[in-house]
Amino acid sequence: MSEYILEMNHITKEFSGVKALDDVNLKVHKGEIMAICGENGAGKSTLMNVLSGVYPYGEYSGDIVYNGEVCKFHNIRQSEEKGIVIIHQELALSPYLSVAENVFIGNERQKNGVIDWTTTRKEAQELLARVGLGNENVNVPVNTLGVGKQQLIEIAKALGKKADLLILDEPTAALNDQESAQLLELMLQLKAEGLTCIIISHKLNEISYVADAITIIRDGHTIETLRKGVDDFSEERIIKGMVGRELTNRYPKREDCPIGDVIFEVKDWNVFHPDDSDRQILKNINLQVHAGEVVGLAGLMGAGRTELAMSLFGQSYGQKISGEIRINGKPVQLKSVKDAINNKLAYVSEDRKTYGLVLIDSIKFNMTLSALRNFFSRKGVVDQNKENVKAEEYRHRINVKTTSVDQTVGSLSGGNQQKVVLAKWMLTEPDVLILDEPTRGIDVGAKYEIYCVINELAKAGKAVIVISSEMPEIIGTCDRTYVINEGEIAGELSGDQITQEAIMSCIMAHNRKEEVEA
Amino acid sequence: MAQNKSLKKAGAGLKQYGMMIMLIVVYLLFAIITKGKNLTPMNINNLIMQNGYVVILAVGMLLCVLTGNVDLGVGSVVASTGAVAGTLIIDFGWSAPAAMAAALAVGALFGVFVGFFVAYVDIPPFIVTLATMLMGRGLCYVILKAQTKGPLPAAYNWIGTGFLPTIKIGSGVDLICLIVAAVACALLVLGELKNRKNAQKHNLPVDPMVLTVVKLAVLLTVVIFFFYKLACYNGIPVVLILMALIVTIYHFITTKTVAGRQVYAMGGNAKAARLSGINTKKVFFWVYANMGLLAAVAGIVLTARNQSATPKAGDGFEMDAIASCYIGGAATSGGVGTIIGAVVGAFIMGILNNGMSLAGYDTNVQKIVKGCVLLGAVTFDLVSKRKKK
Repeated sequence: MSEYILEMNHITKEFSGVKALDDVNLKVHKGEIMAICGENGAGKSTLMNVLSGVYPYGEYSGDIVYNGEVCKFHNIRQSEEKGIVIIHQELALSPYLSVAENVFIGNERQKNGVIDWTTTRKEAQELLARVGLGNENVNVPVNTLGVGKQQLIEIAKALGKKADLLILDEPTAALNDQESAQLLELMLQLKAEGLTCIIISHKLNEISYVADAITIIRDGHTIETLRKGVDDFSEERIIKGMVGRELTNRYPKREDCPIGDVIFEVKDWNVFHPDDSDRQILKNINLQVHAGEVVGLAGLMGAGRTELAMSLFGQSYGQKISGEIRINGKPVQLKSVKDAINNKLAYVSEDRKTYGLVLIDSIKFNMTLSALRNFFSRKGVVDQNKENVKAEEYRHRINVKTTSVDQTVGSLSGGNQQKVVLAKWMLTEPDVLILDEPTRGIDVGAKYEIYCVINELAKAGKAVIVISSEMPEIIGTCDRTYVINEGEIAGELSGDQITQEAIMSCIMAHNRKEEVEA
Repeated sequence: MAQNKSLKKAGAGLKQYGMMIMLIVVYLLFAIITKGKNLTPMNINNLIMQNGYVVILAVGMLLCVLTGNVDLGVGSVVASTGAVAGTLIIDFGWSAPAAMAAALAVGALFGVFVGFFVAYVDIPPFIVTLATMLMGRGLCYVILKAQTKGPLPAAYNWIGTGFLPTIKIGSGVDLICLIVAAVACALLVLGELKNRKNAQKHNLPVDPMVLTVVKLAVLLTVVIFFFYKLACYNGIPVVLILMALIVTIYHFITTKTVAGRQVYAMGGNAKAARLSGINTKKVFFWVYANMGLLAAVAGIVLTARNQSATPKAGDGFEMDAIASCYIGGAATSGGVGTIIGAVVGAFIMGILNNGMSLAGYDTNVQKIVKGCVLLGAVTFDLVSKRKKK
């Protein structure tokens, strides 16, 4: 095997006394794709931040040997000069600047201190071609492109910095299956061109497909490194390393709970785009959910599932909304979120940081926010005792890992934040819950706990709707699922019928029908 | 080790009183600079009367700051409401209560106007209140025909310059002041004990006893000192009662009510607040409508103290009120800040003004110092927070 391009030896990093990394070792061969796996909070991002100089030399102990030389980076610029470029989970593009400007942001092509626009555009075009975006216009603002393309532009930007070692932190978290596949192919292509990559991802199927080696980190320690062709590369094997035990079933078994009457019903639901009254986003949606039933909304990203949920939830999305909602058999008019809450409908949004939580406030504050008026106040005055008691109760009930309900939500890990959002909506005592991507970006252990909560809700006779882009999740948690495509219901599957193939063929069949009609 | 830990905890506990401590330090500093001039009973009384309107404005402004915005128009609203009251009394012979009611109505109207544009037309508050700043000032000049209206009758001035009845004992010390001081002290001690008990009952972290005792000792000393000085002068000023009332009401609203919670939630994350069932437009509207009303109260107090309405009144008050909120620990991004903090901030500014006037610095130097204090206080606050992370 070729020599190591990177060796990180005995890295230890403390945050005010707590060891985030404890004697971590990572060795990467030249020209390979190394994956780093671990649960949230295991220390993956911290390790990459040490490598890229976000935490400067001196704040950690141990050494970084890169291309045979010991490196002491004090900031990101120094690591980039050596060819180590990190692409963070949150895209670092400036939305209103053009693609070309973004590709060379912080790395401007200049002549005598003045930006050379011809070179900028020409080289941007070349870099885009390398990442498979040769047909894009480099002069359009970057926010006119989809997230998938923006992610590729990030890679072009890294290539523009003459990267030898590319670090990708959750690159496919926001991408749909097709875009993800494209990105993975690009990684393999870049590898063939001699680039070394480190990828951090929760999507184990992607990792086993693309990686040559996997280093597993748990609780700040390196557990093991698995190599393709030598070790078992199956998802079960990786999970075992990550959680330290065999997680035989990733989805908790549903205890048989009786399925009751239809308690949530949507009829002929039509919604138009909020900014464009001619563009119909949802067409004639009809669905029914029974008490005690978990129903999935499967589909590709952009199919209109979130739009459906938001438009149902007090018309939080769209205009010219028509159709009927029945809750517990009674037609209801939900003109605002307040109406929705009062009629026992809850919606757990997909992006918890933007739409779900007030990050600067406490767990307690967030948990009781939606139920404050109905359950935690008398004549507009907050009952703080009751609030404390209930927040404590839910902290234990759904296992939020924290020392106190007064801790700010922003300091929690993703999984715990998601639990707080769930608690917030459970406290409104809903009959119908819509959970939009309830496990996005959280680790396997926390996912399992969330699935348990879903089962518990169903057992208590609630109607639960789960929106998910991860098909195994739909298959593992739902009794029945609707497949949504292009704003229409493309099919309905239940029980053993729900398979990845069946869902995909529903979508394909619907696409063909659309084409014929068009 | 354990001792070290509890000391550390005490240190962290102290930090939340940082601005309170700064207030006392600044005051004592000026006591030295002015050779005790700012300690006289008359000066203590002046401190209250001079800063009453800034405190009232800071209370309203804090709500705007909590939403992540400011209201630039308050100085002008103070001037126009004062002008309305003054003109109605002097030119139209209205009674003092009627004129005050009219002024409050005009202030509320200004607030509703701003609230409407901010909440329902979605115009940034900075722009809308910049407009009311110009409009209000212009209106004030038009109403007063660019002249001072005065003198206003005693019945009107009472609210800005009057005192509660006094019972003088001994060498002219007011008994009522002392009784109020005693009651205030008792309430402070009982309140603190109740808080501790409550916290213990719910297994929440409790400050070490030493810290509580020190805190109470400092607070009680300040209260007793303050009321004793007032007792030696003319007793309790009416403005103090008004101020205390407003501060108490708004402290209650922000800490204990659903409405207050909604302001914090909206300031912290408006999108999340909306999806949690909070009508953010309504919250926005009421915050600005309320600011108009409080600006009118400040306008009445100011004209009463000056015993006249002048076109230049209230010039720059918006900046004092905004600065008070930020000095008091509010965040420019919204969602963080307390009424008590804003009041403390207002008094820090007031003590600076007062002390520098007594020491004979001219107003231009005062502005330089105030600017430095604002920047210094916020820098200190942000840097210490950053370190904690």
